Amino acid sequence: MHDVARASDIALTPAAAGPLRRAARNAFPFVVVGAIWEAVAHAGLFPPRFFPPLETVAATLARLTMSGVLPHHALDTIVRLIAGFALAALFGVTIGIVMGRSRRAEDILLPLVSIGAPIPGLAYAPLFLLWFGPGNVPAVALVAFVSAFPIIYNSWTGVKAVKDIWLRSAQAMGANDRRLFRHVIVPGALPYIVTGLRLGLAQAWRILVGIEMLAAVPWGLGWLIFGAQEFLNTDVMLAGIVVIALIGLALEKFVFQRLEELTVVRWGMLT
Amino acid sequence: MPHIEARDISLIYDTPGGAVPGLRGVSFAMEASEFLCIVGPSGCGKSTLLNIIAGFITPNVGEIRIAGQPVRGSGMDRGVVFQDFAQLFPWRTALGNVAFGLEMKGVPKAEREATALEQLRLVKLEHFAKSYPHHLSGGMQQRVAIARALAYNPAVLLMDEPFAALDALTRDDMQRLLADVWRTTRKTVIYVTHNVAEAVYLADRVVVMTPHPGTVKTEVTIKLPRPRDPLSVEFLDYQKELLRLLGQDAKGH
Repeated sequence: MHDVARASDIALTPAAAGPLRRAARNAFPFVVVGAIWEAVAHAGLFPPRFFPPLETVAATLARLTMSGVLPHHALDTIVRLIAGFALAALFGVTIGIVMGRSRRAEDILLPLVSIGAPIPGLAYAPLFLLWFGPGNVPAVALVAFVSAFPIIYNSWTGVKAVKDIWLRSAQAMGANDRRLFRHVIVPGALPYIVTGLRLGLAQAWRILVGIEMLAAVPWGLGWLIFGAQEFLNTDVMLAGIVVIALIGLALEKFVFQRLEELTVVRWGMLT
Repeated sequence: MPHIEARDISLIYDTPGGAVPGLRGVSFAMEASEFLCIVGPSGCGKSTLLNIIAGFITPNVGEIRIAGQPVRGSGMDRGVVFQDFAQLFPWRTALGNVAFGLEMKGVPKAEREATALEQLRLVKLEHFAKSYPHHLSGGMQQRVAIARALAYNPAVLLMDEPFAALDALTRDDMQRLLADVWRTTRKTVIYVTHNVAEAVYLADRVVVMTPHPGTVKTEVTIKLPRPRDPLSVEFLDYQKELLRLLGQDAKGH
């Protein structure tokens, strides 16, 4: 009860909240969930092998990190993620912008994108595995394919949302088509493109962990988690999940928030 | 030869309900460095007329001639200021916005930034050169838009109710500032407004339009010395005359 009262005090006077208090407030929900987990783990409701306490997970995390096993898995996953996502970003933004600019491209591609987008990515996995065989190629190809959809969709919307008055102003000031594209359409569509990239990356993460379980790759966090199930290594599975969460958090904080601060937030285009 | 000439401009809007006449037989001529106001009630096609002069719309009949040349699309001989504050590019600073036209012309960076800063000084915003538009008030944004339209030195300035969305006090300041800017730069200005006091304050000559379809009703030359006193009897007489022509005076009701 005491903690709850303090939390509301902080909310009422945000200016008075120091960085330490803010950190404490951010950590609070995790502390609660952690405490419940510990209570369940130590209560003996499940065998410890299936429901390890956090200290066991932490020890496994440390052990696998020291031995280099976990970093190797994480690195392979990150390389696949970056390769797949980079392809998706490149093709997704290009296709989306072309659809936004050309009526004909829109007529042809929009129905395909609209039908393809809601299909769960993993449904394509067997197809990609048949076509490309096991290994990195189907994993990267599927990540690229599936995460391109939200990027296409948002880039297309972004181009559509570029204000007519910006185009007119730029044309009145002598901008030709090429400069209009570079100096008005791309920055004008950027808030949507950034959102598309963020959604695309989340999509890429989800599908990558799934495909790693199926594509028979020797290393990767998805494979680590999937493989650990065979040997009932619940602590390893949880360590893998923690690493996935940490990488996702790092990408959000150091890539997307940074990108937004430098562009759309600075320009007042995102509130 | 007049600087700008509108010759028998007619425009028909294509609407789902059929063809609607927007402008019919609009003609006028103006000399270089003249300040012309176009006044008329909403829907009389005055903004459309300005867009035709700017080259954004092609009329069905007639043509605009600027310095003897027929207008074909937009061109750098004209600068345009819109009513909407959102006309500025949010991703560019005030300076970057003002320098845009010069950049399109291929002027080197140092030179175009010096010129842009000069233009910002003209509208008294040189201290806000590094600010992004969303940090500026509406009045300041419109001043940046004016500086931007002047920066690449067009001979003609086209303004579509640039101060209509501002509060009354700011609008008065803006009108004074614009009169100063015009006196300094001697541009040929076409200024669209529905505010008769604004027209009497700014214009050498006022074109009065009537709606449905938009036609020129008459022209009124404002023979008042500058700077003008909005509280003088003569000023108010001109205002009354314009209101009477627009059918909005007290007797009209």
